[in-house]
Amino acid sequence: MSNHFTLDGRQLPFVAGQTIMAAAQAAGVYIPHLCHNPDYAPHGSCRVCLVAVGRRQVSACTTPVTEGMAVDSRCESIQANRRAVLQMLFAEGNHLCPACERSGNCQLQAVAYYTGMLAPHYPPFFPRRPVDASHPDFIIDFGRCILCELCVRASRDHDGKRVFAISGRGLASHLVIDSPSGLLGDSDFAATDRAAHVCPTGAILPKHKGFEHPIGERLYDREPISKVGDLRAHEDEVDGNE
Amino acid sequence: MGGPQVSEVQGFVTESLGRRGRVPEHLLQHLIAVQQRFGWVPPVAVESLAAELDVTRTQVRAAIAFYAFLHERPRGDFDILFSDNITDRMLGNRHLLARLAKQLGMGTHETRADGRVTLGLTSCTGMCDQGPALLVNGRAVTGLTAERIDRIAALVGECVPLERWPGDYFRVEDNVRRRGLLLSNADADGAGLRKLVDQGPAAALAEIERSGLRGRGGAGFTTALKWKFCREAPEGDRYVVCNADEGEPGTFKDRVLLTSYADLVLEGMTICAAVVGARRGFIYLRGEYAYLLPHLESVLARRRAEGLLGESILGQAGFDFEIAVHLGAGAYICGEESALIESLEGKRGVTRKRPPFPVVSGYRDRPTVVNNVETFLAAARVVRWGGYWFRGEGTDQSAGSKILSVSGDCARPGIYEYPFGTPVRRVLIDCGAERTQAVQVSGAAGTTLAPAEFDRLIAFEDLSTAGSFMVFDQSRDLLDMVQNFAAFFAHESCGFCTPCRVGGALLRNLVEKVAAGQASEHDLAELRQIGGVMRQTSYCGLGTTAPNHILNTLDKFPDIYRRRLRSADYTPSFDLDGALSEARAIAGRDDDAAHIPETLPTTAGAAV
Repeated sequence: MSNHFTLDGRQLPFVAGQTIMAAAQAAGVYIPHLCHNPDYAPHGSCRVCLVAVGRRQVSACTTPVTEGMAVDSRCESIQANRRAVLQMLFAEGNHLCPACERSGNCQLQAVAYYTGMLAPHYPPFFPRRPVDASHPDFIIDFGRCILCELCVRASRDHDGKRVFAISGRGLASHLVIDSPSGLLGDSDFAATDRAAHVCPTGAILPKHKGFEHPIGERLYDREPISKVGDLRAHEDEVDGNE
Repeated sequence: MGGPQVSEVQGFVTESLGRRGRVPEHLLQHLIAVQQRFGWVPPVAVESLAAELDVTRTQVRAAIAFYAFLHERPRGDFDILFSDNITDRMLGNRHLLARLAKQLGMGTHETRADGRVTLGLTSCTGMCDQGPALLVNGRAVTGLTAERIDRIAALVGECVPLERWPGDYFRVEDNVRRRGLLLSNADADGAGLRKLVDQGPAAALAEIERSGLRGRGGAGFTTALKWKFCREAPEGDRYVVCNADEGEPGTFKDRVLLTSYADLVLEGMTICAAVVGARRGFIYLRGEYAYLLPHLESVLARRRAEGLLGESILGQAGFDFEIAVHLGAGAYICGEESALIESLEGKRGVTRKRPPFPVVSGYRDRPTVVNNVETFLAAARVVRWGGYWFRGEGTDQSAGSKILSVSGDCARPGIYEYPFGTPVRRVLIDCGAERTQAVQVSGAAGTTLAPAEFDRLIAFEDLSTAGSFMVFDQSRDLLDMVQNFAAFFAHESCGFCTPCRVGGALLRNLVEKVAAGQASEHDLAELRQIGGVMRQTSYCGLGTTAPNHILNTLDKFPDIYRRRLRSADYTPSFDLDGALSEARAIAGRDDDAAHIPETLPTTAGAAV
């Protein structure tokens, strides 16, 4: 038998060159992730899609499958590390779910629940990052940015615009906007850009609408992300029809 | 202080573009030139470079914000940064910084109001054997004493340009204390290159293979294998890169090799180029060693004149190889080979996704060999003297010798070359270390050794090391070391992956909490837990090794933590009473009723 590997004991097929993530998705198996979106090149930065291969823990989105590879995505040590990574992201930014318009439609929140994170753990850093409301159609709350670079990649690789970039380093790393003033309103950004619709958190939000569906009745309030998948498949519901 | 004229900046940028080239890969080199010339990167330079190099202004500004030695606001005419490795601290750098600040009438981390001088700290500058050290406008000043600080204060006060400062301030000693296999056979006569030309690249590669040479940067990948992968890559350009971004705290041997053995390093690179079929090479030189640039350029020029570099090397038609020196600008992460390549391409030094490895897809996505300075030197000697000569020393898995940078509490800090397999104790005896409490092997990212382990061996199979060897005697509080390293890693994380970016900052804050006497057993468990997560889940070696010093010292030196603990299982990170201080100040009160009573039990004598 050729081109098979095992994921949590199940034998699955793969195509040469496929990553663990891509092969799992093709087989309908959910591996939690945040910075990964199959429309863009794998990134590997969030570390949420960790899986165990032998004694090593690797990111499923960047690691190619090899023949006979045994991948463990469910063991408690993997799930505990994912949970810790999520707890770090929640401590780093200002993620106050009850006050966020994205609650229930937020991949960060949904993946946190999936890993069993029910409350913050590490001391929060409470960064001071002013909101950018300069654009007529969209608002950016930098406090909710998890540096997944999906908007950076979508703007550069799909929209052909390079509106976003990451600046600084370490904990001071932050999202920046390419415009003379540094404000979104002065940039080439448009509501129809892919970059406007790929954020897995509530950092990039459409204006003029809010709480159209009550919290409690939203996408991930109804079913876990492991069943319904990424926001990508539910854009009409989540962003509303323009 | 008036800013520079717009036309002056534009003129300089135009001149730099003409001299260094108009491709995006040269962005960082242009920025460094502008920074050196004007003391900052003025907005007009950002706009000009963005317009000329097909990068966005945001990408230019993001690069400036990434590198510690680039600035978007003016620095003082004298930009003074004290090296802040633990070895500098042990030699009193903080005291000297405070002394200089006092004499200059300013704070220790600021630019003076008149714009004359900026003071601050920077990561290890690689002068640990002759510290404390500082950088003034990028030039290293070593052997700082109170007298030297007083004199520097006067020179700054009188606005004396650096060219007229006493020359011995800038003297950097080699301090080679023990020569082994490589350093005692270091005649730079071009014999290795001649042998390569006589016998052909395949024979040279066979000698490297026979020698068992492994990379000297710490990871120990087999050099012949790396070269072979690159040699067998599909047709097209390939590159040879010398990693001279010697940023690991406590290491400085590459500085000495580039100072006094540069010919052999360049010869090793040239041999590698012949083996893999490269026509271009780079030395990525850390910004702290920018003072070596004129020296390296002159050695390169001489080798070109001697026919050892450039076109038709040693008269061999088609044997063309050129080397350029690219500077770093204060980023430890750029010692990681894929981040180094990003930086070589002019970008922020963020680790790349692997696979593909640089040897398959490196500089400009072409096959690229990245080796340490010492590896290239060793390769040159191996080709000259043969693989068996090299493996005559060392152990089965660790052939040859290792060059160590020894610093800290010892009588004779400096460079020591030993056969692999040498016990730590031997090094301690030779360097004149007494009453040694601990040794930190392979830098902040390395291993903390307790005395019971001093018989362990310097070798890939036991103590793998890039060469840093820092000694701590019994007078030291090792928590100072832990604090220093934790702050170092938080500062140097590139910020790409979550566990290193956030975990590193969490560790730093927890160690501060321990040092302040505010921690509990719970916090020690947290240190272990976060350290474990970083070790297992980080994207690159920086993050996976960053918690080593904490995990090592928690196991081997638990008392440095325990003696500062409050007895409670849990103490909040939030100081409720402290948070009220502002309200007390407004109300003009400081009586008992204006304070939250201390309810947690405290250990007798513990600092609160």
